[in-house]
Amino acid sequence: MTATTSADQVLTAELRSRIDHWLAKFPDTPEGRQSTVIPALHAVQDANGGYLERRHVEAVADYIGMARATAFEVATFYSMFDLDHPVGRHKVNICTNICCWLNGAEDLVRYAEEKLGVGLGETTGDGRVTLVREEECLAACTGAPMMIVDGHYHTNLTRERIDEILDALQ
Amino acid sequence: MSEQETVTIEVDGRAVEAVKGEMVIAATDRAGIHIPRFCYHKHLPIAANCRMCLVDVEKAPKPMPACATAVADGMKITTDSQRAIAAQRGVMEFLLINHPLDCPICDQGGECELQDLALGFGRGVSRFTEGKRSVEDEDLGPLVATEMTRCIHCTRCVRFLDTVAGKKELGGMFRGERTEIKTYVGEGIRSELSGNVIDLCPVGALTNKPFRFRARSWEMLSFPAVSPHDGVGSNMELHTLRDRIMRVVPRENEAINQTWLADRDRYGIEGLYSEDRLERPMIKEGGQWREVPWEIALRRAAESLRGVASHFGPEALGALLAPTATLEELYLAGQLVRGLGSGNVDHRLREGDTSDQAEAPPFPYMGQRIEELADKDAVLLVGAYTRHEQPMINHRLRQATNSGAAVMTLNPRRFEWNFEPVLEHAVAPGRMVAELAAVACALAKGGKGKGADLPDGVEALAAKSETAQRIAERLKVAERPAVLAGNMAAGHPEAATLRALGTLVAELAGGPFGVLAEAANTAGGWLAGAVPHRLAGGAEAPLSGLSAREMVERGLRGYLLLNVEPEADLWNPAAARQALSNADSVVAITVYAGDALKESADVLLPMGGFGETAGTFVNSEGRWQSFRGVTSPLGEARPGWKILRALGTVLELEGFELDNAEEVYRIVAAACEGVAPGSRYPFHKGAASAGSASGGTELAGAVPIYSGDPLVRRSQPLQHAAIAGQAEAVAAAETAGRIGATDGGMVRLEAEGGAVELPLRIDEAIPADTIWVPAALRERVDLGPPFGRLTVTAV
Ligand code: SF4
Ligand code: FES
Ligand code: FES
Repeated sequence: MTATTSADQVLTAELRSRIDHWLAKFPDTPEGRQSTVIPALHAVQDANGGYLERRHVEAVADYIGMARATAFEVATFYSMFDLDHPVGRHKVNICTNICCWLNGAEDLVRYAEEKLGVGLGETTGDGRVTLVREEECLAACTGAPMMIVDGHYHTNLTRERIDEILDALQ
Repeated sequence: MSEQETVTIEVDGRAVEAVKGEMVIAATDRAGIHIPRFCYHKHLPIAANCRMCLVDVEKAPKPMPACATAVADGMKITTDSQRAIAAQRGVMEFLLINHPLDCPICDQGGECELQDLALGFGRGVSRFTEGKRSVEDEDLGPLVATEMTRCIHCTRCVRFLDTVAGKKELGGMFRGERTEIKTYVGEGIRSELSGNVIDLCPVGALTNKPFRFRARSWEMLSFPAVSPHDGVGSNMELHTLRDRIMRVVPRENEAINQTWLADRDRYGIEGLYSEDRLERPMIKEGGQWREVPWEIALRRAAESLRGVASHFGPEALGALLAPTATLEELYLAGQLVRGLGSGNVDHRLREGDTSDQAEAPPFPYMGQRIEELADKDAVLLVGAYTRHEQPMINHRLRQATNSGAAVMTLNPRRFEWNFEPVLEHAVAPGRMVAELAAVACALAKGGKGKGADLPDGVEALAAKSETAQRIAERLKVAERPAVLAGNMAAGHPEAATLRALGTLVAELAGGPFGVLAEAANTAGGWLAGAVPHRLAGGAEAPLSGLSAREMVERGLRGYLLLNVEPEADLWNPAAARQALSNADSVVAITVYAGDALKESADVLLPMGGFGETAGTFVNSEGRWQSFRGVTSPLGEARPGWKILRALGTVLELEGFELDNAEEVYRIVAAACEGVAPGSRYPFHKGAASAGSASGGTELAGAVPIYSGDPLVRRSQPLQHAAIAGQAEAVAAAETAGRIGATDGGMVRLEAEGGAVELPLRIDEAIPADTIWVPAALRERVDLGPPFGRLTVTAV
């Protein structure tokens, strides 16, 4: 009857106002409000060191008035959300979809794994980098192979470029 | 279909009539042409995600899904062309990639849509050599078993819970090959309709948990039946094996339960073979129970009933009859007691106020058909939590809200609905009459219905209430309004006034008033003469007797109980226990021999339980539904009507020479010839009993969803469900604060019947100065009636 997490307890005033900002952009209907779930989850994830806990997803769902299960569907569907497990300071997503794969992505993933000493979906021991698991087409096929690091696109990758980019991460 | 525009399509060379705009599969289903499918279901939104229904459409470049392709005039479809078959086989191959080959140990085996279609469309040998995935199971609670590795992601279960049950408790988590159907948080399913996902699931991913591994579908026989719980009379099939009922599945009836069943209807049978089932007649001698042959028990029962009548006068004898008994049993029980000269016959066990009985309609009638509820545009529920009282009625109300209807409630608390009521007016029970009167007054001012003049005395009752005003305004603008009184209203100490005011409000709003019959045969009981003032068919009883409440509160010398458990089934359980233990003689015809019954009874006659007796139920719509016994009564138990016949014969009463249950049916049916349903309860000045405006704390309570009758109370899976009732005291924070009680702490409640101690839970759904204690639970028996005055102290 009473929600187990109250949106007000989990979401700070700051977060709530950021979600309100998005809510204002959509029609005030159930479907319209539901449209804000992705930006809302992003806002909460950013404020929580790059990952989401269950209570966050529940709070977002309760706050915008949608089914919790649907919010979990969203949070588990997109690889840009990390649920349940803390992540490193930087997220590295190497595309492994068809164009990148044909252009050697598999080899680059293996190279990055060896270099960092972690597998896909894992975080380096020093908490510096998380290698995101099996990233799908990131819509930069013309520059395949490619990856996204903390939201920035890097195209036409080679082992050397990977060294450069990863070494620069603090 | 007649009023709708139709088009003609051609399917496999056959002309098929279709409704414009509908999907191909709907038209072919009606025409009896089978198209394979997994995700399509006529009562669920279309997902078109399984692709099993691909058919060949002339001029279309590729096969089209029949469930998501709208018909068009002249469309030519082939369901069995090479291309269609190749497409269906291709889909089947994909579906089987990850599906385990565990049919021999799968409960769905033999009734699995995937198994059936794989037989027709699958390849003999799989080309897939990679490993199959497996999925971790989630515990969804005591009712639905999971084996999620078998899931084919049709999302029927997800869509059902979302769009029919009203809360999306399951979702498709992750994506692609890793998709898993789950709650994610592992809290289980709370819906009162959860079992339907079992029928919907085309594979063995979701199965009936208590039924698991009990029987194979092909070993069982199937018989039509009618649910013995609420006043809906849901249609179902009983599956039996070796003379035992194994499980219950829905039987489609669009007018009643569509293709659904409430969990109560489906899992109630789990209580049928409980340990305290009475299998042999017993008599108590010197405080000891002894099993005896039927002749001895019947003679003893007859002697003790006759003895009470001759020693203390027939009016010292009374019959309390279960409203879940059949029409035939209720009729015979009434005849028996009247034959002994007493008019004390009643099946309205949980009613607190029957003062309107003389003018009451022939039976509690909901004022309309169940189906019609879905078309209402405004409904006022008075003393009704339909979601738990009558889940299938609530389902129709939810359908109405989906098309924009405004459901409003006037209840002694707020509830957890599966739709958004536009307004929940929660007031202390003693204020309900005043608030409903206020709605009537507000409607009368510029009302549109007939007779905008209010009868004398309504205004005097009315509270000044803005909320009542708002309810009235919403009803005023409605085109198809209705007012329904529920089970809580029936248990209210001012129930008669609520019914009269409900009638008025509905008349002023220009819509029907309806009373939702509490139990499977509450309506039938009225028609069979199981009320103190009327005989079968409504004829006035020559000697009018006491109501159930009066029989219990005044205390009689002898009682005949028909499947009644005094501590749970009666309005005032404390008085009932007292009355029965003081009585000289208690004869119980009963399915179970519970401890409380064993304490108070002298003779126990074992009666056939659900599915073991032929009979008839009349539902809230006034629909008569007869059924047959499908298994033999357990042990030496006998169908209730036969026991009553035998007892009548031993007592040498007239009219008990009956050959079969149909004969009894014919007698009642003949008496009911020409009886027209009605739901008008006239208002009389001064009809209201003393209101309770005088402050203090009030007690309120309703029967929890799985506590209504002896059968459901014994169903362990239901008792362990998340929504089963718990003995507790619930109050708003302010009320608790005034008492000095804290959340989780114990409180002592003292009411007219006695005192109990219960844990307190704080919930703002309860109105001020009201303590909510669920009724019908053993732990609260001493409190007496569900409503009343109360003193509370923190312990
Ligand atoms: S569990 Fe059954 S009903 Fe639900 S998606 Fe899977 S196969 Fe379909
Ligand atoms: S396949 Fe890698 S960006 Fe499209
Ligand atoms: S039944 Fe048509 S796509 Fe599933």
